[in-house]
Formats: sequence, structure tokens, C-alpha cells
Amino acid sequence: MFNVRARPSFGKPIANSGDVKQDLGRYPHRLSFYDTPPQDDVTVEDFETFAIDRLRVLAEIESSLIRNRTQEELRLVTLAQSKKYLPLGANSASGMDKNAERSKDRIAERRKDNISHFVLRLAFCRSEELRRRFVKAETTLFKIRYADDDTVERQGFLDSIKLNWEKVDEEEKKDANIKAGLQAQGDYLRKADYVGDTFYKTPWTQVPELVERRKVFLWQGWAYVPSREQSTLVFQEFQTRLEHALEMTAKALPRLDEDDRLIPVLEHLSRGFMAGVPSEYAGPEDDFGETISADMIDDLSSKHFPLCMRNLHDRLRKDRHLKHFGRLQYTLFLKALGVSVEEAVVFWRKAYGGSMTDDKFNKEYKYNIRHSYGLEGKRANYPAKSCQTILTSNQPGPTESHGCPYRHFSPENLQLTLSATYGIPASEQMEIMAAVKGQHYHIACTRAFELTHAKYGVKKGEGLGTANGATETVSHPNRYAARSRELEKEMADRVKAKPAVEVKLDGEDVVME
Amino acid sequence: MLQFYKRLFPYRPFFHWLNHDHTPSRLFTHREFAFTLAGDVYLRYNSFGTVEDFARELRRLNPSRFEVGAIYNARPKDKRTLRAGALQPQLRELVFDIDMTDYDSIRTCCSGKGICKRCWSFIAAAVTVLDSALRNQFGYRHLLWVYSGRRGIHCWISDQTALALTDEQRKAIVGYLEVIKGGAEMVKKVNVRLGTGFGAGPLPPSIKPLVQPQELGGYFTEVILEDQKCFDSDEGTETLLALIPDKNMSAKLRKLWSADPGRSSIKKFADLNVEIKNLGDTQQAKMLRAAQEDIILQYLYPRIDAEVSKHRNHLLKAPFCVHPATGRVCVPIDPEKADEFDPEKVPTVGGLLYELNLSEQPKAEEGADPLRGDWERTSLKPYVEMLQRHAQELARETRDERQRKIKTEASTDW
Ligand code: SF4
Ligand SMILES: [Zn+2]
Repeated sequence: MFNVRARPSFGKPIANSGDVKQDLGRYPHRLSFYDTPPQDDVTVEDFETFAIDRLRVLAEIESSLIRNRTQEELRLVTLAQSKKYLPLGANSASGMDKNAERSKDRIAERRKDNISHFVLRLAFCRSEELRRRFVKAETTLFKIRYADDDTVERQGFLDSIKLNWEKVDEEEKKDANIKAGLQAQGDYLRKADYVGDTFYKTPWTQVPELVERRKVFLWQGWAYVPSREQSTLVFQEFQTRLEHALEMTAKALPRLDEDDRLIPVLEHLSRGFMAGVPSEYAGPEDDFGETISADMIDDLSSKHFPLCMRNLHDRLRKDRHLKHFGRLQYTLFLKALGVSVEEAVVFWRKAYGGSMTDDKFNKEYKYNIRHSYGLEGKRANYPAKSCQTILTSNQPGPTESHGCPYRHFSPENLQLTLSATYGIPASEQMEIMAAVKGQHYHIACTRAFELTHAKYGVKKGEGLGTANGATETVSHPNRYAARSRELEKEMADRVKAKPAVEVKLDGEDVVME
Repeated sequence: MLQFYKRLFPYRPFFHWLNHDHTPSRLFTHREFAFTLAGDVYLRYNSFGTVEDFARELRRLNPSRFEVGAIYNARPKDKRTLRAGALQPQLRELVFDIDMTDYDSIRTCCSGKGICKRCWSFIAAAVTVLDSALRNQFGYRHLLWVYSGRRGIHCWISDQTALALTDEQRKAIVGYLEVIKGGAEMVKKVNVRLGTGFGAGPLPPSIKPLVQPQELGGYFTEVILEDQKCFDSDEGTETLLALIPDKNMSAKLRKLWSADPGRSSIKKFADLNVEIKNLGDTQQAKMLRAAQEDIILQYLYPRIDAEVSKHRNHLLKAPFCVHPATGRVCVPIDPEKADEFDPEKVPTVGGLLYELNLSEQPKAEEGADPLRGDWERTSLKPYVEMLQRHAQELARETRDERQRKIKTEASTDW
């Protein structure tokens, strides 16, 4: 093992020390804004293993976010993963704080937390995309730890970071507009004695999340943040500081390039992060041994498509038209399903029929289809949209049909649609509607999958299948369709394997010869 | 069109509006312009060093329309020489777009591409609401409202703080302002209260005052009930009934109304009022009153095109463009008088050129500004002056800011 001084790029050392006692002084709190880079020498081995351990935690966070896990699931998963790879104990846990062994552990944990964070800064400052993802994962980790922290220790930490928020004084609270506004805000949030709380005033741009969810009263560009929402200000501060620090690191990075032992390690780290998390659907593992022609889409749609795509397909058939985002969502889905660009053009041309001239179609629509296939314009390989994207971006306008029905239909219409398209009787819709109410749209979709694939033997709670004890829920419309086709094929294979036998299928007798 | 770009387009005020100053700054030189030429040729990433260059190009290309984009970290026209992805949008006016299409399921006077003074009321109501929210709640002061040339309106906000908003912040402001949600299949599109049904709480403080008679409540009676008569038709009636959360109540009203097929919207809404009054001070009455407020919002709260506002690199048609289909000029509108605006009376390019031909050609003065144009002799004048005043305020702010800086620098020198 050899020592490298992996710190020039971390910044100027403040103190020079490997001494445990002084280190303790450097890590007085469990939480950290990571303002001070590691000061002691770091071995190459630690450099890499610490970073990889942190990466495991961050990758788990990112994949949870992509899979639409609930806050609680996310918290539990993250804490479990942290316990394994990046434990971080409190100062005062179980009365053993006086124990020297224990505080040595604490120091080691916090040192690892600090070093791994700074190594990953180096690895992830290199591109805008990496920076964005790193900030998101780190901020989430910080939030989870913050919520998990002991109240007293958290206060100690807050006192230490010296945030300069402007306190709203009593005089200002008496201003007619402010007074009425805070009162109404309290009524809206249904919080008793809201006005009596201590408020901090900050430009609204500092708390976009609170503004977006109407959690704070706004006046003249100021957000009036009650002390109970203080955490949001802390998180925002964490995020802003980290964003800024990453940009500074990116600028300083060329100096590190001189140390050629570290570069491969960093490359490796950032690649691992990118590869470890499939953020978009990679395509079916099985191509089902057939090419899909335009004529087959009706049949596939009724048998295998999730509700979002069924809805678009049915709308298209009914109106002979779809609006822009609907077309885009559906075209990309069909592309990932394996429909060739030629067939896609045929499909859309037929779908629009006589309602559109050839000229208009060729000029406007054909181009867009080819564009979606990466054959025009900047020739980008546009991935099919995941549930996450469909659920959260480009919300459908009042006359548009794209989006996710579980989220964007009113409950009554969703219920009608479920029985009309999937034949799910009202009596069996309860769980789906409950999931919708709890905003677990992908769970609702998964439950619908189970119900509509019961004929293939899918049972409640099995989702799209189970692997390693985990149930796969719907996270991508194409995954939904692929699994549905797989099930159909498995069933057909099973039937083929036993020729000339009567098979009981969905209540009907199907005779194979 | 060429004549319009030669003689009428108000280059200087337009430049001052984008640039906030007299000498070209990055706000102008790093700004993207996109041109649409005849035959659907679309040219993106143009930028110009001076307003003279801009005018020259506009007169050369004679575009059917053109759009204004973001201010980038480099000159957009150098895009090809830059590393892929190196050109990043940095600043951009905060913009809003409201279009009549989103009201198609409500308005009864026109459909499709049509618009008249009557359905303009929807837009006028939307302008009133948005303008006051942006000024009072967000504290913005430099708002320019511009007719889109056919069925809608744009708002450009040029405050320094608005220019600097990140995409994330833009998304937040849109989320805060957006009330109408859900696609075509969503019957109830207003869900901004905490809790539902009996448990529904009050409206958020920013929205609550809007349902009062002096705000959207008044528009509701005039526009929805009296003028558009939205609940006269069977379809409209069904929508209204579906928005009443109490099954017994809606059944009762359905019975009443089917016995009287010609019953007017105004009477129908009055019937609902009477029923609610009869319930006294009960939970049920409270819930129904909340539903009534939500109905007012569903019919009149601004329906903004969210995607336009969320991203800095989104392009938007420039003020004083001519709409290719209507020939109308995209003129600024005074938000205080949005009600009086009549889209059918907007100057058209044909009309303006006719006015020019009628009036006498003044003698060209020695050394006159070649960009000055003849708009002063046409009915475009009041609109250009509106833009001028707006741009002057921006310039004044830039000047003050500069002086403040000099002062603080001077004081730190000591
Ligand atoms: S959950 Fe996903 S697959 Fe299912 S309907 Fe919604 S968007 Fe489509
Ligand atoms: Zn009309």
C-alpha cells in the first residue's frame, strides 16, 4: 500500500493532522455540509473503496427515485444500504458516548463519509448531467439523514452552519397584506396558530419546492417560511452550496489530471454510476420472433398495452387524430416495441385516413415520425418514455390525451375505462382506486396488470414477476407490454408442448389439435 | 411583408426592450432569433451584433414570422464552431402563453380558429388574474402583454430577477399558478384544496379572493352565465351536474331541469344557489359552496400553456410580428384595459400600408435614422409608444443599477 496525497484539488489544508483527537474536533456533527475537504493523507485504496461504498448508497437512491418508490420505501432502503456500506452514528447513541472505542468509530465513520463525498465530487463534476444526478442523490441522502437525526444534535448542527435568514419581525407581521396572507395561508394548510409561528423571509427563488406546492405565503417576491418548514431552507442551502462547489471543482480539475493514478479510478467510478442504473428501457430481451406490421397493432394493443397506450390507441381510432404530445408518447412506445419506421409511417398514415391530405401528412407528420426514430434533425436516439416521465413531465392540457390515465383521468372516468377496456368489474377495482388515491399510480397499473393477466396464472401481488424476492412493479409501458407478450408466449409454448390436449383457459375450453 | 419590415417595424423600441440599454449588451448580442420563411423553412440560432444588422437581415429574409429565444453563454450564431452542447441558455424573459384553444370545450360563441370580442373575455379574465398575481405575489414590475395575432396572448416579464430564473424555478412558478389540471377525460379540473368532499379545506390564499364578485365571480355571471350561456345545452348541463359532488343534489336538479328544457344558465345556477341556501349552515352546504367556487375557477381561471414557460430555451413569437393567417400585428395590450381590447380591430399589415399610401410622404430629412420608419403616421403609433414607454422603464432601471454600482465601488475604494 502506498500513500498518495490526493488532496491538492480538495482545497487548502487548514490543519495538518492525522491525530484522532483533532479529527474529532473536525467532525463534531453527524450531518455535514461538506465545507472542509479532508486534510489527512488518503491511501489510494481508501480513496477507491470509500467512494465505491458511497456510490452503492447513491445508486440505490437514484434507482429508488426512478422506480417511483414511496418516501417511506426510499427512506428504509437508503438507511439499510447506508448501514451496510456507509454507517454514520449519532454522538449520543445509547448512552455509550463516553466510550472511547465508540467515539473512535464515530470519527472513522465521519472521516469516511467526508472523504467519499469529496472523491465523488471529483468523479462527478465533469459534466452537467453527472453533476445534476450527483446533486440530486446527495441532497436526497442528506434529507434522509437529517430526518433521521436526533433533535438536539440536529439543532447543534444547524447552529454551526450559520445560515443568514432574515427573521420577520412583529412589526412586519402587522402589515395588513402580510397579516391577512399569513392568516389565509394557515387556514388553507389547516394549521392552528400558524400566524404565531416564527417566520423567515427569503426570496421565493430560494424555496421553489415550497412555492410550487403552495406551502408558503408569497408577497412581493418574498416567501414567508414558517420555522416548521425550516428544513426546506436547509436542504435548499445544501443543494445550492453543492452545485456551486461542483462547478468550482470542475474548474480546478485539470490540475488533478497530473496524477495519473487517480484518473482511471475516477473514470471507473462515474461510468459505474451511469451504467448501474438503467434510466430508460433498454428493449425487450426477446424479440418474439416476428416483425410487427402496422396491421398487427390493433391486436397487440387490446392484448398487451398498458392503459396509457390503450387510451392513446383508442382515441386515435375514435378521433382519427392525436395531439402532439400524444403522438410523441405513442410513436416512441411503438418504436421501442419493435415497430420499424416504415411500418410506423404506414400505421399513422392509415390512422389519419382521409382526414388529412398526403401532402400535409408527408410534410408535417412523416418528418416527426422519422425524427422520433432519430432519422431527421439532430438524429438523436430518443428513448421511449418511462412511467416516471409520463407521470411527471408535460402534463396533459384540458383537451389532450397523453399522460397516465391513473393519474390524469378523473376517478369516475378511470373506473369506466377500466371496465370498458379491460373488463375489470367495479367490484375488483377497489384496490386500483385506492392506489390511485394514494398517488401510487404505478401500483394501480401493476394491479391492473395482475388482474388482466390472471388468465396466464398471474396472481395478486406477483406484479410483472418476482426475482430475488422482489416484486417488479410497472415502471415502463414497454416493460409492461413486453412482459405481457412474454406471458402469452409462455402459455402458447406450454400448450404446444402438450399437443392435442384440452386446455382449460380462462373458463373457456380451447381445443388444440 | 417586405414593406412592413422596411417601413413599419419599430426596430429601435424593439431593440431597447430586449437590450435594456442603448448600447448593445449581451442581452442583445447573445440572444437567439429564429426565422420562419415561406415554404416552412425554419432558421434557428441567429444572433446579431447590432440592431442595424438585425434590421438588415430581417429585410433580406423577409420572414413570415420570427421568434425570440434565450440569451446564451456565447453568440448563438457561433453554434457550429462550438463544442456540441457548449451553447447553454442563461437568461430569458419569463413568458406565459394563453391560447383560446384551451377554452374550446367551454366557449359557445366560436370554435376552432375563430375568435371574437365575446370569447376574448376569457382571455381578459385570465390577464387580470395573472397580471395581479405576478405583480403582487412575485413582485415583478416589467410585464409586457402582447396579442398573439390570432387567438391568444403572451406575457413577457423582463425584471432582472425574472431573466435569471432557472428552469427549476420556472417550473415552480408555473406549478404555483396552474390550477386547471388533467386531460380531456378529467371532468373536475380544479383540485387545489387540501382534502376532498366533506373534508375539503379552504382555497389557497392566492386563489381565494378570485372567486369574489369583483374578480372572477363577476366575470362568471356576465360571461359564463349571461353571455356564453354555458349551461343551456344538454352537454353543458351534464358537465355542471357532474361537478356537483352531492349525488342527491344533482339528481334533484336534473329532475327539475329536464322538466323545463329551455331553462337558462343563469336560472340553473340560481337554482343551485337556492338549494344551497336551504341547507343552512350545514357541512353539506359548505361542501357545495366549495364546489361552486371550484366551478368558477374551472371556467375562468387562466389556462396557461405550461411548457412554454418552463424552459429558458423555448422560443416565442416576437411582438410586432404579423400573424401570417390573419395579417394582424402582434400589438402590446394594456392589462388594465384587457377587457376593452377587440381582436377584430387590431391593425393589419394591409390596412397599415394603405394608411401609409394615403398619407403624404414627408421629405426625407438630412441624416435621418434609417431605422426610424413610418409607423408614426399610422394607427400602429399608440402601440409602438406603449412598447417605448415600457422599454424606457427598463433602461432607467439599468441606469440606476449602474449608478448604484459605481457608488458602492467608489465607497469601497476608500
Ligand atoms: S403506470 Fe406507466 S404503464 Fe401504467 S398506464 Fe401509467 S404510464 Fe402507462
Ligand atoms: Zn367567440
